Amino acid sequence: MNNFIKKNKIVGRTVLVMIIFGVIFSTILEFVYNETNPIILKSEAEAKERLLLQVVKKEIYNNDLINSYIEIPPNQRLKNNSPIKAYVAKKGSKVTAVIIETRAPNGYSGEIKILVGINSKGNILGTRVIKHQETPGLGDYIDINKSEWINIFTASSLKNTSRLEWGVKKDQGKFDYVSGATITARAVIVAINEALIYFKENKLKMGIDV
Amino acid sequence: MFKEAVIDGLWKQNPGTIQLLGLCPTLAITTNVINGLSLGLATMFVMIIANSSISPIRRFVPDEVRVPIFILVIAALVTVVDLSIHAFAEPLYKALGIFIPLIVTNCIVLARVESFASKNSTLPSFYDGLFMGLGLCFVLIILGGMREFLGQGTLFSGFDLVFGQALSGISINFFDEYSGFLLAILPPGAFLGLALLIALVNWVDQKE
Repeated sequence: MNNFIKKNKIVGRTVLVMIIFGVIFSTILEFVYNETNPIILKSEAEAKERLLLQVVKKEIYNNDLINSYIEIPPNQRLKNNSPIKAYVAKKGSKVTAVIIETRAPNGYSGEIKILVGINSKGNILGTRVIKHQETPGLGDYIDINKSEWINIFTASSLKNTSRLEWGVKKDQGKFDYVSGATITARAVIVAINEALIYFKENKLKMGIDV
Repeated sequence: MFKEAVIDGLWKQNPGTIQLLGLCPTLAITTNVINGLSLGLATMFVMIIANSSISPIRRFVPDEVRVPIFILVIAALVTVVDLSIHAFAEPLYKALGIFIPLIVTNCIVLARVESFASKNSTLPSFYDGLFMGLGLCFVLIILGGMREFLGQGTLFSGFDLVFGQALSGISINFFDEYSGFLLAILPPGAFLGLALLIALVNWVDQKE
């Protein structure tokens, strides 16, 4: 019986110490979270705008781009599984460009996410790979931090580039690629082409009537 | 005490080449110098604060539950570091990404807390965290350097992404047309590189 009480005393003390530690450190975390969260949210919004600015120029819009978007439900062409935002750039009341996020599900290692800026005439203003896991030093040339390759799409459209030309040079297309990493280039080209087709089919919804 | 910590951390008990603890991030992130350096510094920082905050409270921690409590403290500290870096050093956060939360699971942190800080007073624990962290950091830098040189033919590339535009000139490109040595960049390259490094350390030790 004595032993039982002694044992439970140890258990009680241990539990108490753990609770105290838990409370102390939760409080610290709560404090730090509250202090840093506004800054993090702000810098995330800024980073997002910087990203959008890479595919459309500042001069072509004067609206609050970050908060001007339409939701796109899961779509065959854009390969999104959950609703994504398409940002609408306006000058005055006129839509000058849209920024669409598209996915290449068939990269060499997993999905590649690409941001495509398209003007109201259907020409590409800019493209950026925003997420990929391609092989470092080989397939990662699609990343703007590694090479300028992704800029070759600028000014292309469905009109000036035929269906067949949307491919790498090896497949009689018009786009360059790095040999040894053709799969990556193919995936990106198809995804960008699909984004343009999506734009053509849905531009009325985005407020463009040309 | 100070001298001992220096020798143990940097050579005799080096976490990367002798203790072989915390290998997961060591192998995963050392594709170039800047990644190795950044994660090395972040880990070192966590080790310093973990050691020096657990040492003063070691008397209040019951022996039976010391490990969960140490983990709790380490996890809380790492979260604080993670949030702070995200808020105040966004470029660094982007470069290190998921590896900062993973410092919690890096067993070198717990190992030093458990085997050193829980038995020694605060100042020696501080030194232990500092030099063990520094030792690991050196291994990460050297391994990153080996893999970057072999794999991409460069050294110190990408410093500007983390430390600002001023350092963009530091990057060295050794070859004009280098097609890259993929094996060095992929995970097997990390194992081979670390093995070479350990062999070198053992060779030096044997000669003495």
